Amino acid sequence: MLFTSYSFIGFVLVLSFLYYLVPGKHQWKLLLLGSWLFYLFSGPWNILYILTTSLTVWAGALRIEKGYGEKKARIKELKKADLPADEKKAAVKAYKQKQEKDLRRLFTLVLVFNLLILAVVKYSNFFISNINGLLGEGRQLSLLSLALPMGISFYTLQAIGYLIDVYRETIPAEKNFFRFSLFISFFPLVIQGPICRFEEATEGRLFAENPFSWKNVSFGLERILWGFFKKLVIADRISAAVNTVIGDTSTYRGAYILFLMLMYTIELYADFTGGIDITIGVAEMLGITLPENFKRPYFSQSLKEYWRRWHISMCSWFRTYLFYPVSTSGPIMKLTKACRARFGKNRGRKIPMYVSSFVVWFATGIWHGASWNFIVWGLLNWAVLMISEELEPLYARFHERFPWAEGRGYQVFAMVRTFLLICFMNLFDCYARIGDILSLLGSVFTAGNYGAFFGGGVMELGLTGLDFVIIGLGLAVLLGVSIYEETKGSVREMIASRPYLVRTLVWTGLFTLVLLVGAYGAGYDASQFIYNRF
Amino acid sequence: MRKRKYIIRGALTLALIIAFLALLQRLLMPKYVDGIVEGAFVAEYYKEEKDHDVLFIGDCEVYENFSPKVLWEKYGINSYIRGSAEQYIFQSYYLLEDALRYETPDVVVFNIQSLQFNEAQSEAYNRMSIEGMRWSPSKVGCILASMKEDEHFIEYVFPILRYHSRWKELKSTDFEYMFKTKPVTFNGYYMRVDARPAENVPKGKPLGDYSFGSNAWKYLDKIRDLCAKKGIDLLLIKAPSLYPYWYEEWNEQCETYARENGLNYINFLDITEEVGLDYTTDTYDGGLHMNLSGAEKLADYLGAYLQKEYGLEDRRGDAHLDAIWKEKAAAYDAEIARQKELYGLE
Repeated sequence: MLFTSYSFIGFVLVLSFLYYLVPGKHQWKLLLLGSWLFYLFSGPWNILYILTTSLTVWAGALRIEKGYGEKKARIKELKKADLPADEKKAAVKAYKQKQEKDLRRLFTLVLVFNLLILAVVKYSNFFISNINGLLGEGRQLSLLSLALPMGISFYTLQAIGYLIDVYRETIPAEKNFFRFSLFISFFPLVIQGPICRFEEATEGRLFAENPFSWKNVSFGLERILWGFFKKLVIADRISAAVNTVIGDTSTYRGAYILFLMLMYTIELYADFTGGIDITIGVAEMLGITLPENFKRPYFSQSLKEYWRRWHISMCSWFRTYLFYPVSTSGPIMKLTKACRARFGKNRGRKIPMYVSSFVVWFATGIWHGASWNFIVWGLLNWAVLMISEELEPLYARFHERFPWAEGRGYQVFAMVRTFLLICFMNLFDCYARIGDILSLLGSVFTAGNYGAFFGGGVMELGLTGLDFVIIGLGLAVLLGVSIYEETKGSVREMIASRPYLVRTLVWTGLFTLVLLVGAYGAGYDASQFIYNRF
Repeated sequence: MRKRKYIIRGALTLALIIAFLALLQRLLMPKYVDGIVEGAFVAEYYKEEKDHDVLFIGDCEVYENFSPKVLWEKYGINSYIRGSAEQYIFQSYYLLEDALRYETPDVVVFNIQSLQFNEAQSEAYNRMSIEGMRWSPSKVGCILASMKEDEHFIEYVFPILRYHSRWKELKSTDFEYMFKTKPVTFNGYYMRVDARPAENVPKGKPLGDYSFGSNAWKYLDKIRDLCAKKGIDLLLIKAPSLYPYWYEEWNEQCETYARENGLNYINFLDITEEVGLDYTTDTYDGGLHMNLSGAEKLADYLGAYLQKEYGLEDRRGDAHLDAIWKEKAAAYDAEIARQKELYGLE
C-alpha cells in the first residue's frame, strides 16, 4: 500500500476515525491491529518476518533483563554470604563473568538471528552474484527468488537498537509483547522510517491515551499535505526524466549525466522528505510525535554537517549502535594504543577513528542496497569525511587569514559546494554497475554535448516545458519554506497564527495545487518511494 | 456560544471548499461536444421523454447504423439507441438495467459484436460509457464490472482525480459547456452524411480459439433474463460492418444461442443485398460504419421486421409524439444540411 495510493488515504482516514472512537486505553491496540492489517496488504506471508523479529527481540530482551536482575540478586546474596573476603570476591567475580557471558551469548544469538534474516532476504543474491563472478561462466549458482518484506531494513534496525539498549541497561525491557510489536510494526514507520528508539516512541505517546485534539488533527493533515506536495508535485514529476536517463546508458551520457545528478538529488530529497512528512503527519493526526528525520540538509556547508541533517535517525542509529561499539571494541582499543605509541596522541587517536568510521560507512552503504554501487557510495562518503577531517587545520588557517570567508557569500558558496558534492555522490545511487558509473562520469568531460541543456535535449526526456515550470515553481515554494524554517521557525505555526481566512486560503490553495498539478492517476506511473527500496 | 460559532464557520468553509472543488471538477471533465463526441451519448438519454417502443443497446454498430427517425417516420416506432463507443457487453447490460428503471420498451435490440470482449479493453472507452450514467446501483455495478486493473472506483466517484491534469488542455468549450450541453445525437443516433467506399477490406486473421469468454456469455444471459423478467422481446443483431472481422465461428455460436433460447437473430452481413446496402455509397469510413444513407436503409429494413415479428404498433397520429418527432426531424434535417455543406455535398 503506497503512501500516495487511495487505499492508504482511505486506510488512514478510517483508522483515525476509529482511533478517536475507541476508549483511550484501547487506542494502541487498535493501532497494532491496523498496523498488522497494513502489513498484511504487502503480502500475507510477510507478516511472519516482522512477527518473528518482534517475538525474538522482545523475548530476548526480556530474558536479558531478567538475567541482569538475577545477577544483581545473586551478587547481593554472595556479598552477604558467610565467607572469607577474598573467597567472596572470587565467587562474585566468577559468577559475574559467567552470568555476563551467558547474557552476551543470548544477546549475540538474538542479534545474529535477526541480522541473518535481513542478510538472507536482502543480501543472498548479492553474495551469490559475487560468487558467480568468481566462479566464471558455466558454474553459476542460481539466484534465490525471495521477496523483500516491506520495511525490513528499517524495522530490523529499530528492533536491534532496542535490544542493544536493553542489553546496555539504558532502558527497561517492555513486558507486553503486543506493545513491543506495535513499536516495531507501527504502520507509518514501516515504509521508510524514521528509525525510532523505544523511549522516543513512548515519549511520543505511541502507547498513551490520546484524546481528540483539533490542533493535532489539523497540523497532521497539513504535514501530510505538504508531504504530498513534495512527493507528487516535485519528486514524481522529476522521476519521468530521471528514469529515462538512467534507463539508457548508451544514449544519455555527458551533459545528461550532469542533468541527472542535479535532478535525482532534488527528486531524492522531495521524495524522501515528502514520505517522512506523511509519516510524521499521520502520527501527528493520532496525537503521536515521531522524531524529525531531516533538518534542511541541502543548506549544509560541509558533508559532515549534511550527515547531521539528512536521515537523522539512521545516522544516529549507526553512530550509537555501530560506531561507538566498534570504536570501543577490543581490536580498536589495541589499535589506538599502538597508534598512540607510534604516531603520537593526536594522530594515534585519529587512525582508529578512521577505521571505525570505515566500518560504519561500509555498513551504511550496504544497508542502503545489496550492490557494490551502494558500498562505493558509502566509502566515498567516508573518504570525503576523512579528507575533510585531515584538512581541518588548513581550513582553520584559511579562515584565520581570510576573515571575509566567514561572511554570507562564502557560506552560500560552501552550501553550493556541498550540494554539488552530494549530487556527484548520488550518481552511485542511480546505477548498479560501477563500470557504468565511471564511464558515465568520464563522458561528462568527453561527450561534449552540453548543447543538450540549450538545444532541447533535456526537453525530450519525458518532461515538457510546462513540467519544468511546475518543478521550478514547486522548488521555489520548497526553498521559500526551507529558508523560513531555517531562519525563523515553523511555517505551520506561522500560518496558524494568521487570520482564519488566510489560513483557509493557504491550505485550500496547497490542496488544490496538489490535486491539479500532482503527478498521480492515469498517465502517471504510481511511483514507489525511493527509500522504500532500501 | 464560541464553540457554536466555530462549528458554523467550519461547516460554511467546508461547504465553500466542496462547492469550489465541484466547480473545478465540472470545468476539468471532458465535455465531448466537439472532436470525440461519443462520451456525451450516454447522458443524453436522461433528457428524453422515456416512452420508447424499441431500445437499442450496443457499440458504434448501433449508434451509427440505425436511424430512429426513419423508424418513426416510416413505421411509427418510437426508438432510442443507448449506445456508446466500444460498449462492452457488461456495460450494455447495466445501461439497459438503468434504462429499465425509467421505461419498459416492447423490444430491446442488442448488437452482439461486443461478445468478443470478455473484459474491458480500454479505460477511455469505459469512461465514455459510464461517466454519463446517473448514479444508481446500475452505475455502481457497471463501474465494478468494467474497471481495469489500474482503475480506481473513487476516480469514477470523483472524476476530478482522473481529469486533474486536464487544466493543461482546457478550451473555450470547457467553459462554455460547464453547466449546459448541446445534443450530439438524434435519439442516440450519431449521424455522418459523407461517404468513403469500402475497398480492400482486410480478412480476419485466424484465431487460436473462437469461443466467446464466459463473462461475455454471462452478461448475455443476464440481458436475456432481464428482458424476460420485464416481458420485453430481445432481438440479437449483428450490424453489417465489414470490420472488425466477424468470424463465421462467432456467428455460429450466436445462432446456436438464439436458437436454444428462442430468440431472433439477424446477421445483417448475410442480407446486405436484401437491405439494399451499397458499400460504395453507404459507409463513411470504408465499411466500418454506415453513413446516413446506410443507416436509413438499415432502419427501414429493421422497422418492417420489427412490425412483422413483434407486432409493434404504429404510433404515428399520437399528437404528443408527433410533436416531439416533428421537432427532432427538423433538427435532424438541419444537421444533414450542415454536414452536406461541411463536406461539400449536394
